[in-house]
Amino acid sequence: MGANETGPIGQSVRRREDQRFLTGAGQYTDDVTMAREAYVYFLRSPHAHAKISGIDREEARTAPGVLAIYTGDDLVGVNGLPCGWLITGTDGKPMNEPPHPVLAKGKVRHVGDPVAMIVAESLHQAKDAAELIVVDYEILPAVVNGVDALKPGAPQIHDEAPGNRCYTWALGDKGAVDAAFAKAHHVSKVDIVNNRLVPNAIEPRAAVASYSRADESYTLYVTSQNPHVERLLMTAFVLGLPETKVRVIAPDVGGGFGSKIYLYAEETAMVWASKHVNRPLRWAAERSESFISDAHGRDHVTHAEMAVDKDGKFLALRVTTTANVGAYLSTFASCIPTILYATLLAGQYATPAIHCEVTAVFTNTVPVDAYRGAGRPEATYVVERVVHQVGVDLGLAQDEVRRRNFIRTFPYATPVALTYDIGNYDATLDEAMRLADVAGFPARRAEAAKRGKLRGLGYSSYIEACGLAPSNIAGALGARAGLYEAGQVRVNPTGGVTVFTGSHSHGQGHETTFAQIVAGRLGIDIGSVEVVHGDTGRIPFGMGTYGSRSLAVGGTAIVKALDKIVAKGKKIAAHLLEAAETDIEFADGKFTVAGTDRSKAFGEVALAAYVPHNYPLDKLEPGLDETAFYDPTNFTYPAGTHICEVEIDPETGQTSVVAFSACDDFGNVINPMIVEGQVHGGLAQGIGQALLEHCVYDRQSGQLLSGSLMDYALPRADDLPTFKVGTKVTPCTHNPLGAKGCGEAGAIGAPPALINAVLDALAAVGVKDIQMPASPHRVWQAIQAAKSGATVAA
Amino acid sequence: MYSFDIRKADSVAAAAALIAQTGGRALAGGQSLIAAMKLRLAQPGTLVDLAGLTELQGIRRDGNALVIGAMTRHAEVAAAADVKAAIPALAALAEGIGDRQVRNMGTLGGSLANNDPAACYPAGVLGLGATVHTNRRTIAADDFFKGLYETALGDGELITQVSFPVPTKAAYVKFAQPASRFALVGVFVAQTGGGVRVAVTGAGPSVFRAKALEDALARTFTADAAKAVRIPATGLNSDLHGSAEYRAHLIPVLAARAVAALA
Repeated sequence: MGANETGPIGQSVRRREDQRFLTGAGQYTDDVTMAREAYVYFLRSPHAHAKISGIDREEARTAPGVLAIYTGDDLVGVNGLPCGWLITGTDGKPMNEPPHPVLAKGKVRHVGDPVAMIVAESLHQAKDAAELIVVDYEILPAVVNGVDALKPGAPQIHDEAPGNRCYTWALGDKGAVDAAFAKAHHVSKVDIVNNRLVPNAIEPRAAVASYSRADESYTLYVTSQNPHVERLLMTAFVLGLPETKVRVIAPDVGGGFGSKIYLYAEETAMVWASKHVNRPLRWAAERSESFISDAHGRDHVTHAEMAVDKDGKFLALRVTTTANVGAYLSTFASCIPTILYATLLAGQYATPAIHCEVTAVFTNTVPVDAYRGAGRPEATYVVERVVHQVGVDLGLAQDEVRRRNFIRTFPYATPVALTYDIGNYDATLDEAMRLADVAGFPARRAEAAKRGKLRGLGYSSYIEACGLAPSNIAGALGARAGLYEAGQVRVNPTGGVTVFTGSHSHGQGHETTFAQIVAGRLGIDIGSVEVVHGDTGRIPFGMGTYGSRSLAVGGTAIVKALDKIVAKGKKIAAHLLEAAETDIEFADGKFTVAGTDRSKAFGEVALAAYVPHNYPLDKLEPGLDETAFYDPTNFTYPAGTHICEVEIDPETGQTSVVAFSACDDFGNVINPMIVEGQVHGGLAQGIGQALLEHCVYDRQSGQLLSGSLMDYALPRADDLPTFKVGTKVTPCTHNPLGAKGCGEAGAIGAPPALINAVLDALAAVGVKDIQMPASPHRVWQAIQAAKSGATVAA
Repeated sequence: MYSFDIRKADSVAAAAALIAQTGGRALAGGQSLIAAMKLRLAQPGTLVDLAGLTELQGIRRDGNALVIGAMTRHAEVAAAADVKAAIPALAALAEGIGDRQVRNMGTLGGSLANNDPAACYPAGVLGLGATVHTNRRTIAADDFFKGLYETALGDGELITQVSFPVPTKAAYVKFAQPASRFALVGVFVAQTGGGVRVAVTGAGPSVFRAKALEDALARTFTADAAKAVRIPATGLNSDLHGSAEYRAHLIPVLAARAVAALA
């Protein structure tokens, strides 16, 4: 790093935002109060699939406190919710994109589909009125499983999507793959289900929408990861309002994991209604409502085959996936099982040929969209499960089968459209094995066996593409938006710095990390740096936070703005010091004439910019306030190896994660403590998916069976071991921070590591396959089936 | 939640009268009832809060029995020296219910009156052959639990206390449902003056005694004896978290662990 990148960069600075979070001083959407506000309640479909023959709201309309009741037909001039990514199918046609009405029109397509919006003086009155609305449902057969929905005769969900197909899309050279399979020494196969997940941020979604008759403008407080995108989609695509008339504020947000990226029906209807009712409107989801209205994650059914030669070298990978996108296309639903999935199927391996075909299918379930990792956990799960199988089939140690196939020359162009800039996969594998004490495993396994327990060790060498994304590449692939980020650095007259970022922090600690970058680069105290985010009225147009992009893209935008600040500061300092601009050096917060001790502190230059009494006004504008937009030239490629050790009680099927070791390469790290925290959180979610979390719909009725935390098992502290984490660094080659991103790695790496460990443990009793989550019941069933020689259905 | 009235009484008799008069429901710790009300699944017009009634509280040793007031919180049972000394398995059972918040509010009487099929206390009460005292009568544990969320309690009948005979030894082993952490299956094994009793919760529509296990353990009180017993899956619960066959399998496994814990 250069001399001007000292100070707090690379230090575990305590999170500055935690003071307010931990003392209850955070200001979340539901903390926002306004005069004359009214409450909103959404009446939702109790049925998975039904025609609406009529809605009688007469009695409800006159119920106490009721201000208005709206149904889909009332929202005149309001378009459906858009999908932000156009996928073109293998048939050359655009995906089937059925309308996604804000409130149901004529039909409901999943349990929880909003049917009516009730506005009342109190929440209780709104709920009471909702019970008086009589919706005449004509119940239709429902289909909730993606594979079922593609079968002939399956219930038809949208007229615009024959056979419930959204698209069939493919990536890779099918001919090359077929040729490689034809000459393969061996083919390893896996059939896997990537279980559907319910995101469960600690703060449910909420909104407060108001309208000002004074200037005909709207203000929306909302739980969003990307307020500008929310505003753009809502105004331009749905409500037909000028962007200038809508201010979207995402204040403190208690977790998102992807579920708060999207434009949802609730806040859209509320913005519209706030003018009609002419009252500020508020709504906050209850947890059970979140289960049936927040976009879910994953839900893939995949068959994968790896062709290998006699030495275990991968020749080709063939993958076929059915992706359940739910009842409607959520904002980014279409790109998750395609662009963010198939492109990652090379993993860390030099597999020469890869082909992947994905069919996206509509079902009578909550829409599925990005959830922490978004496509990349699905890809990693496929790759690492099949790699594990190759190791098993050929009798190769799990580290050895990986080493024989690692990419070691960079940049590396994969057969699935990405170019990895840099990485060192041996380094992370070696360190993970050291952390996991792989050498000591046989003794631990033997000791467990004496207690009647089965021990297993599972590997996952993952890669992800983060730092979303080069806009031109994304655009060529169907993105309907850019994927740059904006940063503004405003130096105040007294030297304090306000940073306005288009990134949005909902747990990531940006107020600390970004301040570290600014303080480090400007050589000033971190306490004089303020980070502002989440308000379209204050920040430059930003794309928000998801896909582990904030530091690599948002942080870089700030660095670019800082470069402009320093460049202008040099001009001012040159004037003040009566030196040539080219002779001015900036380091440690001082502008110095090279080779002399003559200097001006950063604060003196800032003051001169705003009190320009002695200032080159003929050549330079006053002020010190710069904005930069940064559009990356490539994705970033965080990678690493995770090793999970489990112990299984064969009598009960209970799996205990006894150790989990992760070595990740996130490039340069600004705050190691925050990064470690992100890894811990990601691992918890990844272990949650592999061991506990399971969103289950009844296959006949379409009812959500795991509809509350009483049946949907989130990971708790006592489900998790003490994580052993380490990092190895290969700096990203194409952003000035050398940063890659760390937010999703745990959720990507953990599931296959855990399931491979379970398979390793259960191999001793003849079990060859298990699906996520590896619940005690499932593990027990698998053991019973192996004993009786049968196989267990997914 | 719907609107409701909340009333307090100064005695059990007065509380019962208020319930009769208002058609309301008794509120004990509220850990099930309030949650159901929040979801609008329960709609009592009036709640009669039993919290202040001292006659429903307290833990005392009475000869060879431990008597626990109906409004005694789980946390109190878990921490009570008398319980730990006389029936440590009961203290451990209470310590394993829900989370700290639930244990600080939930009550013995509330749990029994609700008779959730996966609750822990019914296994302790049935396993120990306790006697349930109400404002009207006494009911033997064997006669108390009638079915899914169903008990022998009549309208307006309130549990006042439960008398647990002190066993020779007893142990409770719970296998937790991963999400709720209620018992997927919980097995309470006790050696009592009246012989070996084995009560099972979580597995069926209501807590029940596993006679086959009782008989086997009466012959030989060993883990192997318990493990050798086969429980039929017929009539057992089957859901997202476990089939009837799995639950049937777990019953002797957990019984064996309870026995092993007593060795």
